[in-house]
Amino acid sequence: MINKINTLWRLIRRLSGDDAYEQYLEYYDRHHQNKVKILCQKPLSKAEFFKQWQDEKWNGIKRCC
Amino acid sequence: MNKTLKSTIWILIAIIGASAVGSIALNRGENINALWFIAAAICVYSLAYRFYATWIATSVLMLDYTRATPAERFDNGRDFTPTHKWIVFGHHFAAIAGPGPLVGPTLAAQFGYLPGTLWILFGAVVGGCVQDMVTLFLSTRRNAKSLGQMAREELGALGGTAALIGTFSIMIILIAVLGLVVVNAMKHSPWATFTVSATIPVAMLVGIYMRYIRPGQVLEASAIGVILLLVSVGGGRFIDEHETLRLLFDHEGLTLAWWIMAYGFAAAVLPVWLLLAPRDYLSTYMKLGTITLLAVAIIMLQPHIKMPAITPFTDGSGPIFGGKLFPFVFITIACGAISGFHALISSGTTPKLLSNERDIQIIGYGCMLLESFVAIMAMIAATVLDPGVFFAINSSAGVVGTEAVDAVAKISSWGYPVTVEQMQHLAHEMGEATLFARTGGAPSLAVGMASIFGSAFGENLLALWYHFAIMFEAIFILTTLDAGTRVGRFMLQDILGNFWPKMGETSWTPSVVLTSGLVVSGWGYFLYIGVIDPNGGVNILWPLFGIANQMLAAIALCVATGILIKSGKLKFAWVTGLPLAWLVIITTTAAWEKITSSDIRIGFFSAANDLTEKIASGILPPAKASIAPQLIFNLHLDAWLTLFFVGLLWLIIFDMLRVCSRYLSGKAVLPLTESAHIPSRLVEEWARD
Repeated sequence: MINKINTLWRLIRRLSGDDAYEQYLEYYDRHHQNKVKILCQKPLSKAEFFKQWQDEKWNGIKRCC
Repeated sequence: MNKTLKSTIWILIAIIGASAVGSIALNRGENINALWFIAAAICVYSLAYRFYATWIATSVLMLDYTRATPAERFDNGRDFTPTHKWIVFGHHFAAIAGPGPLVGPTLAAQFGYLPGTLWILFGAVVGGCVQDMVTLFLSTRRNAKSLGQMAREELGALGGTAALIGTFSIMIILIAVLGLVVVNAMKHSPWATFTVSATIPVAMLVGIYMRYIRPGQVLEASAIGVILLLVSVGGGRFIDEHETLRLLFDHEGLTLAWWIMAYGFAAAVLPVWLLLAPRDYLSTYMKLGTITLLAVAIIMLQPHIKMPAITPFTDGSGPIFGGKLFPFVFITIACGAISGFHALISSGTTPKLLSNERDIQIIGYGCMLLESFVAIMAMIAATVLDPGVFFAINSSAGVVGTEAVDAVAKISSWGYPVTVEQMQHLAHEMGEATLFARTGGAPSLAVGMASIFGSAFGENLLALWYHFAIMFEAIFILTTLDAGTRVGRFMLQDILGNFWPKMGETSWTPSVVLTSGLVVSGWGYFLYIGVIDPNGGVNILWPLFGIANQMLAAIALCVATGILIKSGKLKFAWVTGLPLAWLVIITTTAAWEKITSSDIRIGFFSAANDLTEKIASGILPPAKASIAPQLIFNLHLDAWLTLFFVGLLWLIIFDMLRVCSRYLSGKAVLPLTESAHIPSRLVEEWARD
């Protein structure tokens, strides 16, 4: 039961974009772990990331009639 | 499960489905239970999904689960991200489901429940779902390109331009008609006006919270927003009962229209995080929540449908909009059955999230089935009302007269008895001054929803439920309105940028102000004319929107059919070709009637001539005579616009046929732009079930 609630909660967080920053950090780690860290830019802060993410997300046709 | 058991279950579903559809179709004279609609819908959808969609997926499109999708190949952790199919399903459904499937069926209920219901069920499984699924597939195979780009690269420059112009015009008409729906819901209703206006500061507050107070805490901010919205529904009652405050929110339609235009302009110019993004969040929660609630309430309550299966208005004399059953029921219900707008979401946006081609069936076909189900629920909510009440709410004063006594006499004379007391009592229960001539579909849908919610969850809250339903409709109509204005602005900047590059810079203030102003005046003009039109305006604008939306669907199906033939799948071309042919028939017939009909309630030109004659003979009352020249100009404009839509449609059809016949006779055509097969490396199970 608790498992199911957890899954649902994860689903809601993912759908709403609540965990977008965590997703981004995970992605960042996955793609930067094998490379020389110094060459890479540091990951964005949560506020910075959210700004970019939000501006990108609402640029274009996203909603119908 | 063993095979025999499986087949038995499917045969059972087929039998239940056939009897449900049969009893809806053959029932005459008696009340029919809404559960039959639900049963028919679920069985038809399951069968179509299990057999037709699966066949399209495996035999026509030949989905290949070993092939890497654009989301995998271009994974950037942001817009291109392989995502679990149910998450994509949620995003896609939230994007395609708007106010269209709610308003269309409500208006089409004037023909009775049967024509609309059958078109919603079968139009969706053969037309709308196929369009969405095939477009999603084509865009996935083409690096998530947009419909316009695919049209240009596969058919030629003509197709691309037609898609662009089509999208832009449908946006203008759509926003105008939706604006009109909101205006009619708020007209002289301080409660509704307060609640709807409160959504703006609430959205801004949520925007500021998400951006600055607790950046990225989307759910937290949305929860606050949803609570504030519910408070504003209750707060509206306080405003409504307050002697002086209610005057602040009690306005004529025209004043409200100007406010909506000002709002649309502001929304297109302001940064997205302040208004558009948070409003979109709130409207998505409201939409999903309310639709679920409605489904639960209908299943709990099992209301009886009071509207007859077919009304005499199939002959074209309907009070809500003029025109015969064929083709106008197919034009009026666009979104619940087939909607061209979906092709814009299915190409470009959703393919960037798709982790595997296998998911195309559930997302493309499945989401549209769910949208069709929403349309069925809207049809139920409209037809549980007494037909007399339904027509009293939805018939404009221009048709039934401005006095309540005249209106009830006229409506009762059609065979749908209703009394002034009944309407007054209903209006009082809903917390409104009057419910006569509240055209546009939103108020009658809200009354229907309130009576369903009220019976299921508590009678004494009817007025709250009514205004909740109005707020629910208004919030995502306004979301479409501001998102649409913004998209229109970008498209216009893009077009103007071809002539003057500086105009194409999306952040150059003069360009932003100019293009936003142009887009707002475009839809604002139609909204203005709709508001001053004594016949309510919806009767003109909604068919125009339907024609435009079906035209866009036809463009998408043209692209799909063209590509199927170019891929050597001529024998399967009917899958998209059949719905295409049907759309061409209905849009062309509807446009033909709108242009040439001598019935002044259908034909644009005959209505304009009729008004001209009336001015000349001086029989118009002064109030009407003063606006008549504008109405005449607008009728001409609508006629030319219709002609333009149909011309554009035929142009692209000929272009598609030209490309296909060249291909079939072995001549050179533009090459297929399908991206090369790269094997998928996403082996982790997380992306799957």
